[in-house]
Amino acid sequence: MAKVEKKEVAAATPPWKPKPRPIVRLGIVLISHSLLVSVVCCTAGIVALFLLPMLAKNTYISENALMPGSASSMLSNHDISEAERLAKDLTSLNSGAADAGIERRRVLAKYLSDLGVEVGYHKFQSHQNQFHPLHFFSSPDSGLSRENGSCSSYGINVVGIIRAPQADGKEAIVLVTPFNFRKNSSSEALSISIGYAVFSLLSRVSWLAKDIIWLVADSQYGEYASVASWLRDYHIPVFSASSSHNADSCFEGNNINLSREESPGRTEISSGFRRAGTMAAALVLKVTDVKGQLEDTLSVYAEASNGQMPNLDLINVVNYLAVHRQGLRVKVEKFLSVLTWEWIWVLGDTLNFIGKVAGSLNPEWKFGISTPDYVEGTATLASSLYRQALGIPTGPHGAFRDFQVDAITLEISPKVVYTNQGRRNEFILRSARLIEGVVRSVNNLLEKFHQSFFLYLLTSPAKFVSVGVYMIGFALLVAPLPLVAASLYVDANKPEPSSQDPKQKLQINFKPWKWLSAAKQVFTVHAWGVFVSLLPYFISQIPNSTPAAHSIIWFSLSTFGLLVLYLITKSPSKPQKGKWENLKSLTISAVFIGLLLMSVVNFATAQIGALVLVPACLLAQPLKLDIRTASLKTFLRIATNVFISFVAFPPAGFFILKGVNEGFGNMDVGEFWTWLESLWAWNSATYIYIGMVHLPCWVLCLQILLHSC
Amino acid sequence: MTIQIRKGKRATEPQCLGSQRSLNSEDLLFPNQTGDSKAAVYFQLSNGRFRPPPAHRLIAHHIVDTIAPIFFRVSRTMWLPLRLTLLLLFLLLSPRALLRSGSAAVVSGEEEEFHEELLLKPLPDRKVLAHFHFHSIAPPSKSNGRHHHLFPKAISQLVQKFRVKEMELSFTQGRWNYERWGGFDPISSNNAKPPGVELWAVFDVPEDQVDAYWKNLTNSLSGLFCASINFLESSTMYSAPKWSFRITPGRLRYGTLPREAVCTENLTPWLKLLPCRDKAGLAALLDRPSIYKGFYHSQRLYLTSNASVPAETVSGISLEQTLTVVLQPNSPSSSSIHSGESNFQPSWSLSSIFGRKISGKCVLAQSSIVYLQLEKSIFSEQKDNMDNGPNSLASEGFAGGSGFEMSLDPDIVIEEENQSQHKGSSVLYGFWVEKYNESQPFDLGLKWKYPVFWSSRQAPLHASRFLMGSGNERGAIAILFKSANSADSSSGSRHVSDGCELQVDVFQVVPWYIKVYYHSLQIFVDDEAKPIGDFVHKIQVSPSKDKTSPGMMEMLLKLPCDVRSAALTLEFDKGFLHIDEYPPDANQGYDIPSAVISFPSFHSVMHLLSNDSIRKSPLLSRFQEKNRVQSYTEVLLVPLTTPDFSMPYNVITITCTVFALFFGSLLNVLRRRVGEEERYLKAGKKKGWLRVLLSRLLAKLRGKPMEEPDQPSSESAPLIGKKLVLKVILVAVLAVAWQFYST
Repeated sequence: MAKVEKKEVAAATPPWKPKPRPIVRLGIVLISHSLLVSVVCCTAGIVALFLLPMLAKNTYISENALMPGSASSMLSNHDISEAERLAKDLTSLNSGAADAGIERRRVLAKYLSDLGVEVGYHKFQSHQNQFHPLHFFSSPDSGLSRENGSCSSYGINVVGIIRAPQADGKEAIVLVTPFNFRKNSSSEALSISIGYAVFSLLSRVSWLAKDIIWLVADSQYGEYASVASWLRDYHIPVFSASSSHNADSCFEGNNINLSREESPGRTEISSGFRRAGTMAAALVLKVTDVKGQLEDTLSVYAEASNGQMPNLDLINVVNYLAVHRQGLRVKVEKFLSVLTWEWIWVLGDTLNFIGKVAGSLNPEWKFGISTPDYVEGTATLASSLYRQALGIPTGPHGAFRDFQVDAITLEISPKVVYTNQGRRNEFILRSARLIEGVVRSVNNLLEKFHQSFFLYLLTSPAKFVSVGVYMIGFALLVAPLPLVAASLYVDANKPEPSSQDPKQKLQINFKPWKWLSAAKQVFTVHAWGVFVSLLPYFISQIPNSTPAAHSIIWFSLSTFGLLVLYLITKSPSKPQKGKWENLKSLTISAVFIGLLLMSVVNFATAQIGALVLVPACLLAQPLKLDIRTASLKTFLRIATNVFISFVAFPPAGFFILKGVNEGFGNMDVGEFWTWLESLWAWNSATYIYIGMVHLPCWVLCLQILLHSC
Repeated sequence: MTIQIRKGKRATEPQCLGSQRSLNSEDLLFPNQTGDSKAAVYFQLSNGRFRPPPAHRLIAHHIVDTIAPIFFRVSRTMWLPLRLTLLLLFLLLSPRALLRSGSAAVVSGEEEEFHEELLLKPLPDRKVLAHFHFHSIAPPSKSNGRHHHLFPKAISQLVQKFRVKEMELSFTQGRWNYERWGGFDPISSNNAKPPGVELWAVFDVPEDQVDAYWKNLTNSLSGLFCASINFLESSTMYSAPKWSFRITPGRLRYGTLPREAVCTENLTPWLKLLPCRDKAGLAALLDRPSIYKGFYHSQRLYLTSNASVPAETVSGISLEQTLTVVLQPNSPSSSSIHSGESNFQPSWSLSSIFGRKISGKCVLAQSSIVYLQLEKSIFSEQKDNMDNGPNSLASEGFAGGSGFEMSLDPDIVIEEENQSQHKGSSVLYGFWVEKYNESQPFDLGLKWKYPVFWSSRQAPLHASRFLMGSGNERGAIAILFKSANSADSSSGSRHVSDGCELQVDVFQVVPWYIKVYYHSLQIFVDDEAKPIGDFVHKIQVSPSKDKTSPGMMEMLLKLPCDVRSAALTLEFDKGFLHIDEYPPDANQGYDIPSAVISFPSFHSVMHLLSNDSIRKSPLLSRFQEKNRVQSYTEVLLVPLTTPDFSMPYNVITITCTVFALFFGSLLNVLRRRVGEEERYLKAGKKKGWLRVLLSRLLAKLRGKPMEEPDQPSSESAPLIGKKLVLKVILVAVLAVAWQFYST
């Protein structure tokens, strides 16, 4: 678009012109008023972002086949007492004993095989996520660091599979319960109870159309790692590698023989990997102890890597069943600190007032929302945006999304730690009925989840903003960028007043190439950005150093690189007119392209990035110019520029955000490094964005500010 | 007197009629002929004058035969041959003859036979297998013409019309659990079928006509069994395996429908083929709710004919109808699984499993036997436990002190010949059903006294198949073989030595939209990648053609006998379908039919001690046939990219907008003459105050100084005319009015 406009502008300069088309004229009008347009658009973009909680719609179950809650629960007290017996058997084992973990697995497997289901052990080797610069966006890799590992880092998952009696076994539903076999934890035992109660019921029912897999994930090396390695072995098994041998030899060496079960009548517990069909959905079930709650609550975590979300219908079903059937309070994560911000409350009041006024004018215009709702919605929305922007999965469900399986984590926290068996049973009953209902709904599903939204932000468990709405704010925010770029370009390449001079004609021919040096500069800075984002891979190889040291090395190397580049590419020619405009125009174009690309990969990152970068780029103007014409306006501009470019510097921004949330008390330089490390360890595209879009553009803005014109 | 027979609707589509047409089953044979659907056959029998329409002479003949006894009196003066025929027929079909015809010897060995048998077998995982076996035989004969006493006419017409030499059709619901229910015995090799419908047929026609015959056959079967077998008509759905599926000389076609749902509407026509239907005999046990509640349900129809007979004689056909169900007897103690009783096999009886009892045999059946099959390992264990002494198995079964108790005494005990001391040999108890009647129904019960354990005999390798990879772009199919008896490798009929080879046939059909790269075949034996040539003895691949034919792979593997595991992987790309090729529920994914794994060097055969009663029993003689061990893998579900079907409206609007823009600008370019317009504008220069104001506003908007009143509106004039403004205002006013008065 911008290109077309530029061309048209160039074509518009000859003295006699054919009348341009209306759309071109519109473009010219917009470009010539780019200042007004950009102010209006940016304001509108930011206002639209704050209006999102008001524009949120109530969720609804879009797929009719789900039919949540239409069948009455079949879960009985018998299942629960069996499950409690299992939990007791598990917790009564001496946790101090060395082989308590093995014994627990055996107990669990015995219970499962008594149900008549297929039981298997899955051995895996937990390995740290390793940064590899070329593995961004690649599919989960099987060959990656599978070999070499000490036997100590092996974990064993227990997997039970119910084969649906009358079905063809093409699809499966996965239940995951993280459980640390080494430790005794009452909440984890409670989650095992719930899982087992549901599973034992499902092993008896006749309505199953999909196989059920219950994965008791060994969480001693983290919940995510065990689930992810199981999924990897499920989808990308390695036939040739020595990994399985490794694991086997480890266990034989430790005199652990899991697969021998003495009684011959039982179904054999195999150490071979067992599979069911294509996964339809997955539920991760956790129980946590949270103190000081008024009622039993259910927290839903849905964000997977790079801001991917499961189908909204899955959340809807859980929400519907939890609220309307089991009477649990459903929560999604929110930023609690937002609730304390005074200005959000004022904003909420204002919007409420406007809504009321509008409602009094025409009762059809009901967009009013009560102030507490608005503030809650904003807090949830902010958290939703932040979690998606971070690109780090919020739980073990993230591993499923990498294989295109819709999954969420359900974290149930009881009101108090139940000591009374009756109350405890009642809690298990409610939670298990919730899981049963969700499984039954998904079981009803003939097709995979496709009916509802995949791109959305949650403002409450029952409210969402769909992509069609939240894109508007972003589009308004980035819309001025091409206009401003074009207008700057036009300004920079305006024919000199003296161009009537025939001697100057030669120069006019070369005019289009004026932007080339600026382009070179922009390109070098972006190349430097690539270099900076690859540096951590090498720095992390340095043994025995703290994160603080790492970040200092990184910082100094980057600065050094920038200096070298600057010295190499420094153009000897004297500054000429329009140079900084060209630079700014190209910077803005680069930002525009970067933001658009990022909005496709991870919208939330692009939205947050746009909030910072767009004002920074638009406002950037050489400080010298402003200082020369000292007035209130220029002074204000200087102040804003300095402030924004400080905030836009990634480490500074990180520490400010952290300080706002947690207080400025204890800051460590290393924290930024750890944060970035977590980003690249999870293959988050946000890391790429920071390294290759944000940082170069920030540097370019600085160059514009410090331009010597 | 007029008899009018009107032909029914053509049976090209699956239609489920409550009753099968007996008289006009002829129409099943002409599904693809048009025009005869409306044909009504009229002929009159009045005053001895018989005028059959020439085109339907045969049908008329048939009908006259059928109704002859009734009209015998009327047709007194008819032409002589017919009268003689009718007389003969009348004598033959006299009530006495009718009653006797089914049971024992009537005239000669060339007699149609019908046998019904039921095999019951407790399974290791507390379930019970019930295997119904109905066998009808029509010998080749000239005497009967096209008519049969017992044999279903629809089938014999099918065989003759389509020159079917051998055919098997199975409807299956659920999966056969090879690990627990066995993979070596004749039942699992012959009767464990893939979910959905499987059909294969061998034709006795020249190669170039086979496809046409196959298509007609699928349509006929579709009508006959109320199933969508006619989908197998399309050439993308069937294939022609050469050697891996079944070593049958002739023209074989093979097709499966994995997604076909099986229900009573398929069972009813199947039962209609039996002479007693489900009114008497063993089939009376088939209580629909209980047999469809089970874990596995497979109804099968297998026929062979000696088709290479002269055209005028009717070929002999043997029709085998089997129904295999795996049911869970609901024992009262099932609720207390975790108590000590959990080791007990549940006790059951026929009435507790099926909810019905057998009240006598089907009178038309020559034999009606119920077998109870028990693994011999139970007895050996019993001996160990009880030290029962050298009792014979026969007495052990029902004498006291053994691990189980039968409610009835068996009439015959058949023991499997114990050649090699491997587990899996079994004992059969036979019960003659004819001894029982309405007042004393047959209700076999089995009661366990001690917990017993045994395991079914496994195929040499356990095969499983799964998908690898994720995403909508590509993936891989993996077939994994695991040695079933890794612990005791000495078992099995093969001797283990160096150089011993285990042959495995793999037959795999893949639909065309799964584009398999056969060159990417990889073999891993015992967790090591191996060159393909070392193990693949023979391979034949016919790659898929888009929208024409499916891909087919036949492979003969020779693995070392002591192999622990072997894996085959094949990579594929997922194709795109045209919008109208998507099946209903496209978002579920697409099925890859089961692969067939067979072991040519292993035969599932029961060596029974030869006995006269065994020779008579078709079920047991079937068990004694040498068939290779065969198993089916899982059906796979491949998610493919699907368009958003729910948004055709959006697509239409977007396309229309794009088209409108395109054509609008194209027209503009083509027919506008700018120079003309400007001249015209300059000519009509005078304008009202409104236009001046507007042009000023526009100029302001454009950020340019107001030009001299001579020139300015040359640009804006065509854009905003007075009329246009008026129109816009009018519309706005209307809209505001609408907004206010509609609410």
